[in-house]
Amino acid sequence: MARVIVDVMLKPEILDPQGQAIARALPRLGFAGVAQVRQGKRFEVELDGPADEAALADVRKMAETLLANTVIEDYAVRVED
Amino acid sequence: MGAARVGVVTFPGTLDDQDAARAVRHAGAEAVPLWHADRDLRGVDAVFLPGGFSYGDYLRCGAISRFAPLMEELIPAAQAGLPVLGTCNGFQILCEAHLLPGALTRNEGLHYVCRDQAIRVENAKTAWTGDFAAGQRITLPVKHGEGRYVADPGTIAALEAEGRVVFRYLDGNPNGSVNDIAGIANEAGNVVGLMPHPEHAVEDLTGAPGVDGRGFFTSILKRFVNL
Repeated sequence: MARVIVDVMLKPEILDPQGQAIARALPRLGFAGVAQVRQGKRFEVELDGPADEAALADVRKMAETLLANTVIEDYAVRVED
Repeated sequence: MGAARVGVVTFPGTLDDQDAARAVRHAGAEAVPLWHADRDLRGVDAVFLPGGFSYGDYLRCGAISRFAPLMEELIPAAQAGLPVLGTCNGFQILCEAHLLPGALTRNEGLHYVCRDQAIRVENAKTAWTGDFAAGQRITLPVKHGEGRYVADPGTIAALEAEGRVVFRYLDGNPNGSVNDIAGIANEAGNVVGLMPHPEHAVEDLTGAPGVDGRGFFTSILKRFVNL
């Protein structure tokens, strides 16, 4: 079994009001020096078999089709060690 | 010719299907219930995708609904010219299904906004706006947390140039949408999506801001008479 991680983030040009709200809260809690926060989603996809090239191609297709809306989001696929 | 048949889709989590069906009947058409799990449009003349929280808004608003069995029928039918109106969650589903460009994201102010909202009808030539006048100001309820319309600059420019921005917010933008966009249409004008709720503004009794929502339903009925 292998675990593949898909990170989905709003594209840089898309406003992220949730991330902004988090960034505004941090100084109030005493955390200084934070320039920006962006919020995203992490998917952990457990595969039946190994994370070979064919399986990764499938996961990328999943990300493209369902996990991310590529109109507003970017995604990154990686195998967890 | 019998009464026009307008399908009203129900997904798990849809809220406004009963109001939509009532608005359809109020306008003199037959409201035909369509179930998300059926691959069957039941021969309807038009489809209303109502608001709510289909599939609990899991993943993204409309992201799961877009793959419902009914949508497998609805998407090609809409591409072939079937009139489809999506309000609120229905608009989100139309964008996720790529029947309309762009996407609807979290309101700029992060608040869920529920209020009477003035909008301007920018395009009175779509299947769903023929009974309005271009430039007409109407008031409808809005109620959403994720209604901020966004698209890449090229898409926005094309929408504006082609008159496909159908509705624009007046007197304050509730969600921070680009260019105050409240609703858009596809190229053919048969598919229209907007965040405000015409189905909640068809009867004085129910405390809506008025009856400006009736125009959507009378527009689609007149279209069938004229076909």
